[in-house]
Amino acid sequence: MRWSKLLSIAAVMLAIVVLGITAAVPLPMFKNISWLPWGNQTILGLDLQGGVHVVLEAKDTPTSKVNEETMKRAQAVLERRINETGVSEPIIQRQGERRIIVELAGINDPEQAVMDLIKPAYLEFKNELGQTIITGADLKNALESRDPGSGQVEVDLTFTKEGTSKFAQATAANVGKNIGIYLDNKLLQNPVVQEPITNGQARITGYEDLDEAHTIAILLRSGALPVQLDVMEKRTVGPQLGQDSLNRSINAGIVGIVAILVFMLIYYRIPGLIADLALIFYALVVLAIFIGIHATMTLPGIAGFLLSLGIAVDANVIIFERVKEELRTGKSIRSAIDSGFKRGFVAVFDANVTTLIAAFVLYFFGSSMIRGFAVTLSIGILVSMFTAITLTRWFLHLTAAANVVKDPRYYGA
Amino acid sequence: MFNFIQHRKIWYIISLFVILPGLFSMVTRGFNLGIDFIGGNLVEVQLEQGVKIEQVRGVVEGLGYAASKNVQESGTRTYLIRTRELTEEESATLISTMKQKVGDVQLMRNDRVGPVIGREITINAILALLIAAALMLVYISFRFEFKQGLAAITAILHDVLVVLGIFSIFQIEVDSSFVAAILTIIGYSINDTIVIFDRVRENLRMRKKGDALVDLINVSLWQTLARSINTVMTVLFVLIALYFLGGTTIKTFVLALLIGVTTGMYSSIFNASPVWFDLKRLEKKATK
Repeated sequence: MRWSKLLSIAAVMLAIVVLGITAAVPLPMFKNISWLPWGNQTILGLDLQGGVHVVLEAKDTPTSKVNEETMKRAQAVLERRINETGVSEPIIQRQGERRIIVELAGINDPEQAVMDLIKPAYLEFKNELGQTIITGADLKNALESRDPGSGQVEVDLTFTKEGTSKFAQATAANVGKNIGIYLDNKLLQNPVVQEPITNGQARITGYEDLDEAHTIAILLRSGALPVQLDVMEKRTVGPQLGQDSLNRSINAGIVGIVAILVFMLIYYRIPGLIADLALIFYALVVLAIFIGIHATMTLPGIAGFLLSLGIAVDANVIIFERVKEELRTGKSIRSAIDSGFKRGFVAVFDANVTTLIAAFVLYFFGSSMIRGFAVTLSIGILVSMFTAITLTRWFLHLTAAANVVKDPRYYGA
Repeated sequence: MFNFIQHRKIWYIISLFVILPGLFSMVTRGFNLGIDFIGGNLVEVQLEQGVKIEQVRGVVEGLGYAASKNVQESGTRTYLIRTRELTEEESATLISTMKQKVGDVQLMRNDRVGPVIGREITINAILALLIAAALMLVYISFRFEFKQGLAAITAILHDVLVVLGIFSIFQIEVDSSFVAAILTIIGYSINDTIVIFDRVRENLRMRKKGDALVDLINVSLWQTLARSINTVMTVLFVLIALYFLGGTTIKTFVLALLIGVTTGMYSSIFNASPVWFDLKRLEKKATK
């Protein structure tokens, strides 16, 4: 028996246990450390915390066509509308020429959020009584300019045909009074009507400089969605179902992992114990990587992670079976470990590359949810190969060198 | 030692026995396609108070939203409602009408898929399967040999057909996650096959003159048998736990994997190597 080797083994076991506890157990002594347990840092997907994933496609309207410019404006409008709701870390992404993907997580009423998002106009002109006179849909354009004569900065509004008549009526009725311009229910400007405007061309003045007028003009222009946005695909998950899915996944995960650990221990004994430790270490490393690269954990993602546990165990199973065979040929424990690893790893490598091919193809052709699965599976496979040849191997050697267990039978032979 | 290869005709027959009814069902009845492929809405709600399913159905049909197979109970006081594609306003109307007629409801989920997306998902699914198969064939040909690649692809095809067949026979609804399940099954099945072929490759290197190929393959199968079974066992532990305890929305995904992983083990032992052996025999006959 070699004490130094035994100490090393104990140290590694302790390290894994500490890592595991800090990852998952909310101990009272961690209360003041915000990042502990660190496993909670995982970003949860829509399906685990509730939210909505929606694919919008732009359609031409009679007044404007879908092109790069209107798409950019549409995206800007969506961004502003979403920011108003205070959703944390929304995803707003262009896809192809006329699609925008929006993902909002952790909101209470995702259905209402989508409806608000694709409303054509949020820009409203209201009279002093708070009644809506016209909306952004009636506004054709808004441009800042500097009057060449007076040097005065202004924003010129052009109304649509319908808007022109509505605006003419409203201005006639409100001479000398204010007409408030509201964007998403927030007062943007409150100009006074000087005279009835009947030609569909209005000017707002009183800006400090051209920059200010420019900002207002953009806001006015983008208050209304320039194109019609239709929902092509929508996945809403209520907060209740999200929480339920998360709890169930954690339960299933624990049961599955414990079953694997027990099985390995019973079937492979000493190497099984080592594989178990390697497996726990593996799970923690994968979790840390997910957090590190800010990967979003989805329901299929958890499934992918749990399946990768199977692959991680497999790497060990293949190698242990080889070590067993080598032992049967009468080799010493140490040389059996070495040649077992050498031969076993070729099989592990080729087998995993083919599975990786499947995962990569899934990534490129899958929807966002399925991508989560592909990512976790791929990371899992790569990490599993690493832990199998490093940690497991080193650990087996340490155990053999410690000379505690001499009987090859405990190595499964 | 039991000889897997010599009894290969039995395995082929068993495989056909499982696959043929499935193929027949696929041709005559097709699949129970979910909204991911045909478009529509899938709404899951939980009711505050228990009501008869007919009442829920009545609301959906009264609004004229119903699809052919419309309402089904998915848990205690939870219902899955399938409708034609609903606009956002119609979705809101559905919920508010339910609140009036059957008491307070909690929206669990609401998936809406337009027909265009449905078509894209289908095309992507088929493309993904073909590309994955082609890439694997290339990799195996490069690391092993082309004929082993062909044999491995045969085994994959076997697994895919078994899973597709069972889903068609029992008319289990398929969605886009089913495609992911099929690809994962392919990955697993080929993983199994490769480990066996790796052993064959190694044994071939140490082959003595006069060793029959049939015995060599058989020995390789026996040498990897414990691993094949143990690996599938560990994966099945996880899958069974996920099936019974895991999230409800991935149940069919897990079911497909359960079937696929099991048949994957069968095909890599009983199909892949025997097919490769037969391909090798054909090669010898051709050169003679």
